[in-house]
Amino acid sequence: MKILVVDDFSTMRRIVKNLLRDLGFTNTQEADDGLTALPMLQTGEFDFLVTDWNMPGMTGLDLLKHVRADDKLKTLPVLMVTAEAKRDQIVAAAQAGVNGYVVKPFTAAVLKEKIEKIFERVEGL
Amino acid sequence: MAEMHLDTHAPSFQQDIKELAEDLLRKIDDGDLGKVVEVVNSINDVRDRTLYEEIGKLTRGLHEAIKNLKAGDELSEQTGMVQASDKLSYVMEMTDKAANKTMDLVEEGMPLNSEIQGGAEELHEEWQKFLRKELAPDDFRILSKKIDKYLLKTQMSSKKISSNLSDILMAQDFQDLTGQVINRVTKLVTEVESRLVDLVAMAGEVDRITGITHTEPSSNDIPQDGSENVTAEGPQTDTSLDGVVGGQDDVDDLLSSLGF
Repeated sequence: MKILVVDDFSTMRRIVKNLLRDLGFTNTQEADDGLTALPMLQTGEFDFLVTDWNMPGMTGLDLLKHVRADDKLKTLPVLMVTAEAKRDQIVAAAQAGVNGYVVKPFTAAVLKEKIEKIFERVEGL
Repeated sequence: MAEMHLDTHAPSFQQDIKELAEDLLRKIDDGDLGKVVEVVNSINDVRDRTLYEEIGKLTRGLHEAIKNLKAGDELSEQTGMVQASDKLSYVMEMTDKAANKTMDLVEEGMPLNSEIQGGAEELHEEWQKFLRKELAPDDFRILSKKIDKYLLKTQMSSKKISSNLSDILMAQDFQDLTGQVINRVTKLVTEVESRLVDLVAMAGEVDRITGITHTEPSSNDIPQDGSENVTAEGPQTDTSLDGVVGGQDDVDDLLSSLGF
């Protein structure tokens, strides 16, 4: 299980990576926005994407749209971990095909629950 | 800081115009066209003079506002705004440093704690065997050596964890330092805002004299919220606002209503 963590703030990437490690996911890589993340994802090495929304370059929502539009990546599970907390935004992310949505500030328990839920559903397919 | 005063000449401008207008009517009644033209010219003069005065004031006000933004550090060429963004960069730096320092210390402490926990579990198991008299004398000798080693190691690890915990505590001092800086920047922004309000009032006086009207931006110019152009806005500081979720539970409810 290889996971890509995308956030423009290195501290948030570090927090997410630490939480993932506690959950047993040690194979993680980082990118600081959608523009750097997309080519990494296109190598096909990643099984899961955790992304922030508000980033310079390419936002997480645009990254999600690119992923869903890419034949090779369209089934990649995507969890959005973001401070964006408006109903319109959450609906837009859902419409763009996000698999889970966690609002910052979040707890380790919430992240764990959402990730497990996504994997359950992915495995159930 | 010098205060900028709004127009004190406006009443006298009105008074002058009024007097001249009355004079103009009198001259027209007298049928003295030469004098009439003279009075019309005087009216123009008064208007022009007042206009120049007001524009002069506006220019001075702008100049003063810019000068005030530079205040705070007379020797440096930096303006208050540049200082403000430098200060905010300092806040970013401080919070970044504190967060990374805290995470370093936590990451260092976690394996030590795991070791203490793992060792205790292992020893407890063997100790239970001893209590149940299931331990051979040779095994007991091994166990007592293990216990000795474990106690020594736990002492060292606990000391390290304690020192990391107090370092984590100390790393939170950024809140005080950055808080002070943010307060100063907030004060500067408020000041700039009140200067701008003064300038708008002065410009309004010029508009009044020249008869210029500005069209208010219509509601069509304000981007409407449409689901097709939803953009990132950063953290919502007021969750009581309409359309803002109160937390993860609201997000989950919303998503499950959408079939998630």
